[in-house]
Amino acid sequence: MTLPTTDSFVSNFELAGKLGSEPLWLRKHREQAFSQFSQTGFPTTNDEEWRTTSVEPIATTSFQPASENNGYKIEKQELESLSLGTPDEKRLVFINGFFAPKLSSLENLPSGLILKNLAEALRSEPDLVEKYLFRQTDEKAPFTALNAAFVKDGAFVFIPKGQTVISPIHLLFISTVDGTVTVSHPRNLIIAEEGSQATIVESYWGRGKYFTNAVTEIVVGDNASLDHIKIQTESEEAFHIATIQSQQGRASRFSSHSTSFGGRLARNDINSVLAAEGSECALNGLYMAGLHQQIDNHTTVDHAQPNSISRELYKGILSGEATGVFNGKIIVRQDAQKTDASQTNKNLLLSKEALINTKPQLEIFANDVKCRHGATIGQLDENAIFYLRSRGLGEKEARSFLTYAFASEMFNSLKITPLKRRLERLVQTRLEGPMS
Amino acid sequence: MALLEINNLHAKIAGGEILKGLNLKVNAGEVHAIMGPNGSGKSTLAQVLAGRETYEVTEGKVLYDGKNLLELTPEIRAREGFFLAFQYPVEIPGVGNAYFLKAALNAIRKHRGQTELDAIDFLNLVKEKVKLVELDESLLKRPVNDGFSGGEKKRNEIFQMLVLEPKLAVLDETDSGLDIDALKIVANGVNALRSKERAVIVITHYQRLLDYIIPDFVHVLSEGRIVKSGGKELALTLEEKGYSWLEKEPEGVLAQ
Repeated sequence: MTLPTTDSFVSNFELAGKLGSEPLWLRKHREQAFSQFSQTGFPTTNDEEWRTTSVEPIATTSFQPASENNGYKIEKQELESLSLGTPDEKRLVFINGFFAPKLSSLENLPSGLILKNLAEALRSEPDLVEKYLFRQTDEKAPFTALNAAFVKDGAFVFIPKGQTVISPIHLLFISTVDGTVTVSHPRNLIIAEEGSQATIVESYWGRGKYFTNAVTEIVVGDNASLDHIKIQTESEEAFHIATIQSQQGRASRFSSHSTSFGGRLARNDINSVLAAEGSECALNGLYMAGLHQQIDNHTTVDHAQPNSISRELYKGILSGEATGVFNGKIIVRQDAQKTDASQTNKNLLLSKEALINTKPQLEIFANDVKCRHGATIGQLDENAIFYLRSRGLGEKEARSFLTYAFASEMFNSLKITPLKRRLERLVQTRLEGPMS
Repeated sequence: MALLEINNLHAKIAGGEILKGLNLKVNAGEVHAIMGPNGSGKSTLAQVLAGRETYEVTEGKVLYDGKNLLELTPEIRAREGFFLAFQYPVEIPGVGNAYFLKAALNAIRKHRGQTELDAIDFLNLVKEKVKLVELDESLLKRPVNDGFSGGEKKRNEIFQMLVLEPKLAVLDETDSGLDIDALKIVANGVNALRSKERAVIVITHYQRLLDYIIPDFVHVLSEGRIVKSGGKELALTLEEKGYSWLEKEPEGVLAQ
């Protein structure tokens, strides 16, 4: 079903310009993607994957493509507060989807590591980009197709064979408005070659009403280990739709920590394909929604080959009139014997009006597998609240202590202390602000 | 003026009346023991005094330090110096024991107009108190009561009491499930707190704890009222004869 306002995208396609110098294969893919999106339009709640989240607010908004310079200057302090606080942070910064070299920090990169914007990588590493870009994702999915059709830029990260990159690489996406409601479509490509190891942090932050439609493609080579941390702190009026898609090689390890704090409407699709034997993946997520926020997490773990392990834990905290969705799919293909998969979703509802839809989906085609899943929805423990109050803590403080405790479990497995502290502070700020 | 004065206290939970006109007077400097069979209302009394909202007070008055206790929220009671050592201390995963206690102590200090303790002063205080109850210091960093043994939980209650230094402490069956060594540690902790400004109410099933915390008064609670009061020797009589002999005597004579 095509909603009328795909028109604003249709009229913009020709004007939208291109991604870098745009070779023929890329131009072709973008045209295909555009015609794909023009046919399907925005998904509706009749679409199984979008049954519980209506994107009508996006479909009925007329967006302008973001312009490269809308006059916004980011303050040094602002940038400072968004940085990870790790020593010697390597960082790519994008404003409204455009690469901001002056705000980025790319000096003294470890040798062999390639960290640059995608448009630049198309010039300098055309073969590498062509080999991987658009290959990991389902390019027919509406928002992914929309992203491909309009992509201007994004991050390109290449970790060469056998290399360990110790400090985290930060991809920071900032959105600002200049009176019009803009949209950006960042596309990121992360390639961790055989036996390499790295941590990537993808952050989103903005002001005003805008739409971020991001896609991140991740290739984890044989024996490679990649940790991906997403910090979504979009503005309260923003729309945020994002896909993270990883493909894992033999005996590789991939972990995703996805934290969703911002956005009027936010949707994450996080999918990992365990495409070769003996691979492991961990999907962790924390979503905190207050007021009228809607946060939707869809995850898929696809066990395609034998002896792979997946662990998934998503926790949600909902207050006010917020709505949350968790939809976690585990697929175990016929060849994927000895799969060991578990999935847990725990939700804390802090108000009577808050709502959560949680749906685990197991599709198992192999016969020798171990799969578990569970979902809980609950309130704060009144016994614990009373216990804390009986020691002198105020009721609000007691509730905040317990809510924080529920959330902070998610950060136990993070090894980078400054990053952990930053996330803990973000949770505190949310609890004192929109969640209270 | 008594530190605590309970007059004709009635309380119910889920429709059933448990406290049926309880009277008790506790002066500063005294230790009172409340004994009584299962279901007599001992824990209800403790919870009502602490401000548990699941119990409904239907009649009666409680004056604590000159204030109407029943009108105060649980946290204000705590800040005014009331402390309950729980029969079943609650496990709180994710909340650090020391972190929580520092917040509690500072909430109390703030209420009293005292300056809040910084991390170092707090640590010094805690290190001193933790020795009194022979708790392993590593338990301070762990989440509140999470994964603690039964004995550790009870000692943690006493440890919290020693740090918060209440005016009136109620110990709700702190002795249950403790071996003799742990019992002595708990008793030492309570005795360390005894002073002429403070009072302690020890709720227990057994006389055994009272060998180490010598009470000034012993009361017998039965069917929601104090049916007999006496000195420390009453506990010994109860130990010997049980509670059944009390029930045969007419109420009017026994109450006070």
